[in-house]
Amino acid sequence: MGYVAVKGGQDAIENANKLVDYFRWRGKTTPIELDQARTQMRLAVDRAMGEGSLYAPAHAALALLQVEGDSFEAAFHLRAYRATLERRYFAEVLNTREMFVHRRISSTFREIPGGQILGPTRDFSFRLLKPTLLNATLGSIEKFIANLRDEVDPSKLHAITTYKKVIDIFLQEGWMSKQTGFDEDRRVFDVTREAIKFPVPRSGTLQMLARAETGALMCMAYSTMRGFGDSHATVGELRVGDVPVRIVDKRGRRRYAGRIKVTEAEMVGSDDRGPKSAAPKLSIGYGLCFGQNETKAICMGVVESALREPNPDNPANNQEFVLYHTEVIEAYGFTNHLKLPHYVTFQADLEGFRRVARIAEEKERDEVAAIAGAEDNDD
Amino acid sequence: MIENIRFQESFNYAYIDEFTKKEIRRKTLKAVCIPGYQVPYSSPEMPISRGWGTGGLHLTLSLVGPEDVVKVIDQGSDASVNACNLRLFIKEMANCNVTFNTAAATVIQTRHRIPEEILTEKQILILQVPQPEPLRGVERHEAKTRTMHAEGDYAKLWVTLYEAYVRTGALRSGAGHPILVNGRYVATPSPIPSWDVPNLSMARCLYLFGAGREKRIHCIPPFTRVEPLEFEDIRFKVEEFVDVHCSVSGKNKAFMDEVYADDFSRSWVINDSNFLDKVRQGPRPPQRLFTNPE
Repeated sequence: MGYVAVKGGQDAIENANKLVDYFRWRGKTTPIELDQARTQMRLAVDRAMGEGSLYAPAHAALALLQVEGDSFEAAFHLRAYRATLERRYFAEVLNTREMFVHRRISSTFREIPGGQILGPTRDFSFRLLKPTLLNATLGSIEKFIANLRDEVDPSKLHAITTYKKVIDIFLQEGWMSKQTGFDEDRRVFDVTREAIKFPVPRSGTLQMLARAETGALMCMAYSTMRGFGDSHATVGELRVGDVPVRIVDKRGRRRYAGRIKVTEAEMVGSDDRGPKSAAPKLSIGYGLCFGQNETKAICMGVVESALREPNPDNPANNQEFVLYHTEVIEAYGFTNHLKLPHYVTFQADLEGFRRVARIAEEKERDEVAAIAGAEDNDD
Repeated sequence: MIENIRFQESFNYAYIDEFTKKEIRRKTLKAVCIPGYQVPYSSPEMPISRGWGTGGLHLTLSLVGPEDVVKVIDQGSDASVNACNLRLFIKEMANCNVTFNTAAATVIQTRHRIPEEILTEKQILILQVPQPEPLRGVERHEAKTRTMHAEGDYAKLWVTLYEAYVRTGALRSGAGHPILVNGRYVATPSPIPSWDVPNLSMARCLYLFGAGREKRIHCIPPFTRVEPLEFEDIRFKVEEFVDVHCSVSGKNKAFMDEVYADDFSRSWVINDSNFLDKVRQGPRPPQRLFTNPE
């Protein structure tokens, strides 16, 4: 009686949990502290917060530790936790022009107002494994920080400032208009409060893409760039930094709630939705996600742009295809449900299969008999 | 920046917050009022995986109270791993009683089986649904299938059934045969075997269907006409277990599992584990919904 579920399921689960812990601890290494994970696995934390749709670095670090670094599981833990939280306030719309910029680049122009700021990026580093990292100690880290401070000449530092946007150039030149002139659904829609119905308002699309799985978004965006779409998106501006969050309390007062780090991408493309006779315009595909996750923000911008030009021939231009299948928690859960037993379903299929096979066999026999009968008549 | 690192250890009753419960209940009521119609709902993330019964769990947790007795079935069994997991979660979060006994349960959450034992007006059966849209196989776009339902346009589905018959000689095979509910909406019964489909019609209990990942709830109220899609001359058939008897009880009036021993020898056993227990114990077997063909 191999695979028939017997009354041992509960014990099996408990033992499985113990084994998970055993495999985590059997190396008998020092447990990673929450703060270590939060600060030294910064990008994993950022990614989990984005896909988990909850800005909470410590919670994200705990999730990552709990699941041995699995990005799907970490996002899943955050989403499940998030779903238990009450909504008490609505935040005002973030103004990314207020961003305290860590990094800001544009590919559309060599020089941009305010200048290109490279900031923290691995884009230009050699991908060579560095065993010297293993020699780092608290002492050597202190020294590194102190040296860095010494290198900085305070007299040459700019005052803290904010930066205008590259798209201001386009707006000023008249290449882009805030009035896209096409019939856009501008309702504010919250996908965590109601199920999406198609066509989804742009706000719902953006929300879903901001929560989507990084790799899945990359797959979609990449497909539009290499033949399964019509993307010639250029990075108008990519910025990473902290933006203030404000809420309006019950008495109508604006309150500063804190700062969150976000990545914002404004991808420039052409706007072909106007009338044929009209002067061509540039469009923006918008990407925004929690933390520093530039791949995701760029891909979101590319995909968002593609979704505004529906085309059934390309997966990335198909709203239903993109939104349903980049949703990380649903895709991950359903894929893994294949591990659940399916013997009833399979039995029903098997019985149907046999029935059809029987009919086919009988038909074959009848045909053979008919041919044989015909041959007898020929004699 | 001050970080809040107080992790939540206590949960709202039945896990889901009250606003979301209210929303799910309202959508459930709407589903009861429009039998077979798929009502979109918010479907918040749960601590269990999407595709593992979140829709069923939403319904169960929005309905359950401390006086309830909950039973969880997975492919006919109370004891399989996922059923244990869900039952434990519901018990811990709702502080209710749980049971294996079909007759004793007030709320039953099930994956792909309707119990063999007759259910009463005091019971609610909640089915987990992987794909709530019966038209998805013939039309992949949600916007179009919603229109098709609104217009009662099921032509593509009929054509598919006809083609299956022409190609194979059988109307359709496998689990989840599409049903017409109350003469209006075509719905999916979820992937239950055909054996269970007749039990949906004119039942005394309430059937609720929760599709968490797809964010839809639909319902078959008590005493509602449910017809499997079939042609006048080519009828829908349930699975036939010809010359098959349960190796444990010797009975054959139930949906059977085909099981193989280590030496590859085949035997059959009644799938509904609680029904099998009762058949083995009692001189008076539980009341059944309908009798399969002899």
